[in-house]
Amino acid sequence: MSMLVKTGFRQPSILPGFGLSFGVIITALSLVVLLPLAALFLKAASAGPSEIIAIASSPRTLAALRLSFGAAFIAAIVSSIFGLLIAWVLVRYDFPGHRFVDAAVDLPFALPTAVAGIALTALWAGNGWLGTWPAQYGIKIAYTPAGVVVALIFVSLPFVVRSVQPVLADAQQDVEEAAALLGASRLRAVFGVILPNVWPALLTGFTLAFARAIGEYGSVIFIAGNIPMVSEVAPLLIVIRLEQFDYAGAAIVAALMLIASFVLLICINTVQSWSRRKLGYV
Amino acid sequence: MSKMISASRSQPARNGSALRESNAVKALLIGTALTFLALFLFLPLVIVFMEALQRGLTTYLEAITEPDALSAMRLTLLVAAIVVPINVIVGIAGSWTIARFDFRGKNLLVSLIDLPFSVSPVIAGLIYVLLFGAQGYFGPWLREHGIEIIFALPGIVLATMFVTFPFVARELIPHMETLGSTDEEAALTLGASRWQTFFKITLPNVKWSLLYGVLLCNARAMGEFGAVAVVSGKIRGVTTTLPLQVEILYNEYMGTAAFAVASLLAFLALITLAAKTILEWHYAKEIAAMRHNS
Repeated sequence: MSMLVKTGFRQPSILPGFGLSFGVIITALSLVVLLPLAALFLKAASAGPSEIIAIASSPRTLAALRLSFGAAFIAAIVSSIFGLLIAWVLVRYDFPGHRFVDAAVDLPFALPTAVAGIALTALWAGNGWLGTWPAQYGIKIAYTPAGVVVALIFVSLPFVVRSVQPVLADAQQDVEEAAALLGASRLRAVFGVILPNVWPALLTGFTLAFARAIGEYGSVIFIAGNIPMVSEVAPLLIVIRLEQFDYAGAAIVAALMLIASFVLLICINTVQSWSRRKLGYV
Repeated sequence: MSKMISASRSQPARNGSALRESNAVKALLIGTALTFLALFLFLPLVIVFMEALQRGLTTYLEAITEPDALSAMRLTLLVAAIVVPINVIVGIAGSWTIARFDFRGKNLLVSLIDLPFSVSPVIAGLIYVLLFGAQGYFGPWLREHGIEIIFALPGIVLATMFVTFPFVARELIPHMETLGSTDEEAALTLGASRWQTFFKITLPNVKWSLLYGVLLCNARAMGEFGAVAVVSGKIRGVTTTLPLQVEILYNEYMGTAAFAVASLLAFLALITLAAKTILEWHYAKEIAAMRHNS
């Protein structure tokens, strides 16, 4: 402890290279990430309070933010439900093509979003393979907010599967066995014993999925239809403002998005650490 | 001791019906999961190749060898060739700092490295336009000195660096933490120089997770759309990358050509997945240990 106080910033180590590696990472982080992000807030603030309030409270901005956050929330919920199911099936069961399916779950990480966007649009359009079926009942998926949700489910699914899978695989089977020996039904063992242990990992997956979906642009703009007030996501509104050379407007919408998503992420992390503590994790 | 208990007990106990789902439930769960994956993951991939080849192989080959497509390919490869090595160096520096030393604000540094994951790609492009664009903070100065960043290669490289910033460090930090520093300490004690220790001990020790990070970083760098779309200006044959070329063709109602170019990117995704899977199979233990500790 006295060593720590003496050296102040860093605990002593015999390993070399702290100065160099710390310098490289801090320089790169500042130049590539921090200073540019600071410029964004500077630009947004330079507009003055009345313009900031006018842009932030304009119906079009609010509609775009509502769609980005709302669709991302729904998509993250759907991804959490099916992601948990997929992780369960991959960890607990053996079936033909198991390894192939396991590898394929990462497809949305590897497939460029623009490719996913045009492929999903072709599939879910009124005359597409999947779109004809709801179209018979007069339901449109592509070019509506429902299309936005479909695209966001695609990009967010692997975050949930990959967060939950290792925890399910590590889960101690003896607690299940204890539950069974004590007379719990299988259903009760799953919901009373297994799922509570998976909950923190599922919440992590949900958060990653949600965060990714809020800012998603590439896969969404092709399938959304991009009708202002209806199916226009916040990142698209930023691009539109930029194309109109309304830099302050673009910066204000971007700053609102960042602030809102950081507040949300901090809230989720708080719930996360609270539930971890409740379950006895550190 | 605990191993013996679990070995003697697990076999008979696992046959009890209270420990497993009935076959019907199992089939239902597998069926639902596979159907969901088929609809949301496999069909989109299949339709890319179907649409690309719907007018025959000749049209397909023409679409992917057309001059604009070729220049988009060159630009995409060039951007990845610049961004990936820079991010590897920065990522190694970041993980060495975080996994090997204790200092104040370490958790903050970890969060800041991860920050680009939760920033919209469009915002990643916007910030550089605000800095270096014609109306940006450095715009007038850059114009005076004849330096182009936005609507040119440097802007595309910067925006791509932003979105791929966390990938390498993300994979390396947990692996380095798991390995600990005893190997490096031994090398240094035995008289190896700093760089000998780094190239002969550290780098070989973490090579698989480094490769893994490079793979993910490269896939994202080649496929990035939103951030690049904002800074590129989409000048055909000059500042269009492959994903942007897909968008341009698609918006011009050249569907088949758009899907043909998209199929190249889909192919890249398949190669990435295959390489990733091979890495995981061969080094499952190492990577499992690393995941476990992350």
